[in-house]
Amino acid sequence: MSEYFGNIKTGAVTIASGMGITLKHFFNAIHRKGDAGVDDAAYFRQVDGLCTLQYPREVIPTPQNGRYRLYNNIEDCIGCGQCVRACPIACISMETIKVAADDLALCGKTSDGQQKKFWVPVFDIDVAKCMTCGICTTVCPTECLAHTPVSDFSEFDRSNFIYHFGNLSRLEAEAKRRKNAELQAKAQAEKEKKAAEALKENSGGE
Amino acid sequence: MSSPALSQFSIPFLMGNNLNAWSEALAGFNLLGLPLGLVILAAIPLVFIALYSLTYGVYGERKISAFMQDRLGPMEVGKWGILQTIADILKLLQKEDIVPASADKFLFVIGPGVLFVGSFLAYAVLPFSSAFIGASLNVGLFYAIGIVALEVVGILAAGWGSNNKWSLYGAVRSVAQIVSYEIPAAIALLCGAMMAGTLDMQKITILQSGSLGFAHFFLFQSPIAWLPFLIYFIASLAEVNRAPFDIPEAESELVAGYFTEYSGMKFAVIFLAEYGSMFMVSAIISIVFLGGWNSPLPNIGSLALNDMTSGPVWGACWIIMKGFFFIFVQMWLRWTLPRLRVDQLMYLCWKVLTPFAFVSFVLTAIWEVYVP
Repeated sequence: MSEYFGNIKTGAVTIASGMGITLKHFFNAIHRKGDAGVDDAAYFRQVDGLCTLQYPREVIPTPQNGRYRLYNNIEDCIGCGQCVRACPIACISMETIKVAADDLALCGKTSDGQQKKFWVPVFDIDVAKCMTCGICTTVCPTECLAHTPVSDFSEFDRSNFIYHFGNLSRLEAEAKRRKNAELQAKAQAEKEKKAAEALKENSGGE
Repeated sequence: MSSPALSQFSIPFLMGNNLNAWSEALAGFNLLGLPLGLVILAAIPLVFIALYSLTYGVYGERKISAFMQDRLGPMEVGKWGILQTIADILKLLQKEDIVPASADKFLFVIGPGVLFVGSFLAYAVLPFSSAFIGASLNVGLFYAIGIVALEVVGILAAGWGSNNKWSLYGAVRSVAQIVSYEIPAAIALLCGAMMAGTLDMQKITILQSGSLGFAHFFLFQSPIAWLPFLIYFIASLAEVNRAPFDIPEAESELVAGYFTEYSGMKFAVIFLAEYGSMFMVSAIISIVFLGGWNSPLPNIGSLALNDMTSGPVWGACWIIMKGFFFIFVQMWLRWTLPRLRVDQLMYLCWKVLTPFAFVSFVLTAIWEVYVP
């Protein structure tokens, strides 16, 4: 019998205390939970208040050195292709064109003064595939490839996830290729001419 | 169109403030021989249920639950998400009305209707104001307790007709629960009826009016009235299947209980019935124990607060406010307590509430007989 009344008493007391807690939270809903960071001494004391973050309008900033979306500063890219080889999931695709000798000045140098020897008409990163492992950034010799703190880059069309960083348009790339081919053809012709002359000389000498 | 009825029918506030003046004026209003007034009389609580469940019921509950859990709740549709319910209704209207192929089509279709009618019929005897009551029955309280049992038929029809094990479990649990809890609920209300000496809802309310405001309410008229009040409140939670007695819908075990298979407007009607019966039990508890449409404010000396806040329009405000307060407590409990187990539910009903209801019945009887 005492257990019976004890149960009823426990029930009443616990319901009352539970309702007290919910009511406290209900009235605390007029203010936000404090925004003290982990470093703050008050961090664990901010229990009461709304904790909803209305995301697109309110954002907790990502760390300044956060490693999210991959970005290539093509001005510094020498087109060595190490990142392409290092990427475990092949999300980087790259095409390079050798810079002709008279174009070297036009192609320019990297910010630390290294002469760029390749045009990079195609440097595509599929950020949907990228898993932000950071291996490509560690192998990059010029440190032009880096993760940025941008973390929200959703798209409606999957093809928009392929980011293009190439420094030549298609027409320019075509022109450079033709120029290289012409140079090569010229060099080849010269070589053949030389070889033929040498052959003639040799045969004439006999 | 009879001329006396026409002369009586004018804008509501000119119909007089006598007891039941508005509803009688409406009931006497015939247009071309059709009892249009009666239709309006029945439509007023219906519109009230729809509006209140749209605003306070759905939006209010979502907000209250959110605030109790440190969330914001709906915020996107309109300022503070006010239009969220409108968006929900639009979505429900566009939904396909699915009737499962192997369901008992007749029972499946009438289930939500019977459920809603069951909760709506009790509104006939709820005095919404001193001048407005749907039907001034002299057995109003008895009718209100009895007619709610129709809900059980609706739930059973919905659960059985769905031809789904979850639905059937939910329906059977719900029926067992409602039928069990009718007993403590009825005995607790009987205590109120004993204190009033009548079953007429309007008379019960009038007996609780006076210049001292809340001191005339039955809850404060006897030292044991809090016990039947509490018992009826707990039992009414079980009768409307609200948490912590929501084992008929028990999401974690039964998906959605007896309305698992419902979609679209039928689902909306089931929800409307739930909100309808929530206000119905809240109104009954406020009428029997907390003075219905009477103002709780007392006259303090020359400051006649009670006289200032009495009258048919004030009465409507008071009973709706009291009802809404109890709905708030229902929501508050819902977001505080976890669900009871089936055996705990039956334990609470048969071994706690029913004996205490009998005790309070006897004590109230003794109080009423021996204390003047």
